[in-house]
Amino acid sequence: MRTQEVPVSSEPPAETQSDIDAEIEALRKAAAARGLSHPDRDYPPYRSSILRHPRAAPVEITDPEAAELSGPVFGAGDVTALDADLTRRHRGEPLGERITVSGRVLDRAGRPIRGQLVEIWQANASGRYAHQRDQHPAPLDPNFTGVGRCLTDDHGRYQFTTIKPGPYPWRNHLNAWRPAHIHFSLFGAAFTQRLITQMYFPGDPLFGYDPILQSVTDEAARARLVAGYEHGRSVPEYSMAYTWDIVLDGPRATLFERPEAEEERR
Amino acid sequence: MTMLPATPSQTIGPFYGYALPFARGGDMASDAHPEAVTVHGYVLDGEGAPIPDALLEFWQPAPDGSLTGAPGSLRTDPTTGVLLGRDHTGFTGFGRVPTDADGHYALRTLTPPAVGKSAPYLSVCLFARGLLHHLYTRVYFPEHEAAQAADPLLAALPPRRRATLVARGQGPRSYRFDVRIQGGDGDGADAETVFLAFPLG
Ligand SMILES: [Fe+2]
Repeated sequence: MRTQEVPVSSEPPAETQSDIDAEIEALRKAAAARGLSHPDRDYPPYRSSILRHPRAAPVEITDPEAAELSGPVFGAGDVTALDADLTRRHRGEPLGERITVSGRVLDRAGRPIRGQLVEIWQANASGRYAHQRDQHPAPLDPNFTGVGRCLTDDHGRYQFTTIKPGPYPWRNHLNAWRPAHIHFSLFGAAFTQRLITQMYFPGDPLFGYDPILQSVTDEAARARLVAGYEHGRSVPEYSMAYTWDIVLDGPRATLFERPEAEEERR
Repeated sequence: MTMLPATPSQTIGPFYGYALPFARGGDMASDAHPEAVTVHGYVLDGEGAPIPDALLEFWQPAPDGSLTGAPGSLRTDPTTGVLLGRDHTGFTGFGRVPTDADGHYALRTLTPPAVGKSAPYLSVCLFARGLLHHLYTRVYFPEHEAAQAADPLLAALPPRRRATLVARGQGPRSYRFDVRIQGGDGDGADAETVFLAFPLG
């Protein structure tokens, strides 16, 4: 039994998918006009959010000298070239569809985030994580761990070679399944630009049922979490190519200082 | 200028444990450093229960006050690919610690110098399963009471809210700092930690 959401109980969750669907629909309508990119932290269809969101509004920091307007940096010694290929970390090839995932990391002005750390983690092709707490009765793959990292290049580009992860069940409600996804962790030029998110695959039939993806209530914003399939980048007889650009929030202070920013945009 | 729309946040989920934590991630300063301090505590949910699957990241100025940071927090062995962690020859300014099974974390670092008009603080970014978008907060230190009276953030908060941002001294060179993601309705001992927002473009 999967322990992800209900660590102790072996009782099946009481709510059904249609209960969750109704909650998702109501909140989508309520949020429709707001067009927010980020999810509300208070999103009860994702049950684990109920006790894990603050009630008070955050306090605005307007101090131009705040430490959070700068951030950590990483260098060549923090990653190896091999870290970007998740299919070559073990003796044999992992099972599953070999893919590449590539794109650019940009700020909201379209400027590339250069030389910054990108970290990913994911389930294997059967939908199981190499994590002790993942008890989904799907096979572990001795040739796949599912962790990768790289630094962006001078154009903000990153690229990983991996396998397509499988969808997996969880215990948010009865018959809850996560659409296939890769977890991404990103750093910008400032600590305020920090982002952890999930990349999804185009056309997944589970999108509408998933309260984590649906916590992003704006349809256009949700679409920004879905990679594109780019046939021209697929490597013949080797790997299929997905592309996904990531745009980090920017501190207002950094947004207007460089007029050449427009040139960096594609 | 047309701004690109941001990529939405999604929860870190429960399974980051084999991916994000790295060796000595919480040792921003070496054990052997004579001025190293320990900051530790619990991350708690709305019922006061410890959260065993949170991840805390810390960012702070170097001892000379610079905010440029330095590479070398992860330091990967180029031969084996194993993450060695920092070697303490420099100060990277970055720390990352997961909570343990008891919802507890511990960080070893150097008390930061003051930046601008603020009293010294550590910047904290908190992730957890169940948290759809990370939270920012700060750790201030109890010794800096005078500077805190003039701190632009602390000075504007009512006393009980302010107290959630100041670590408690716990013996020599040790501080306790709990993060309560969701508090009760009042200003009592179960007060919710003050979280921060930054103006975004
Ligand atoms: Fe996941």
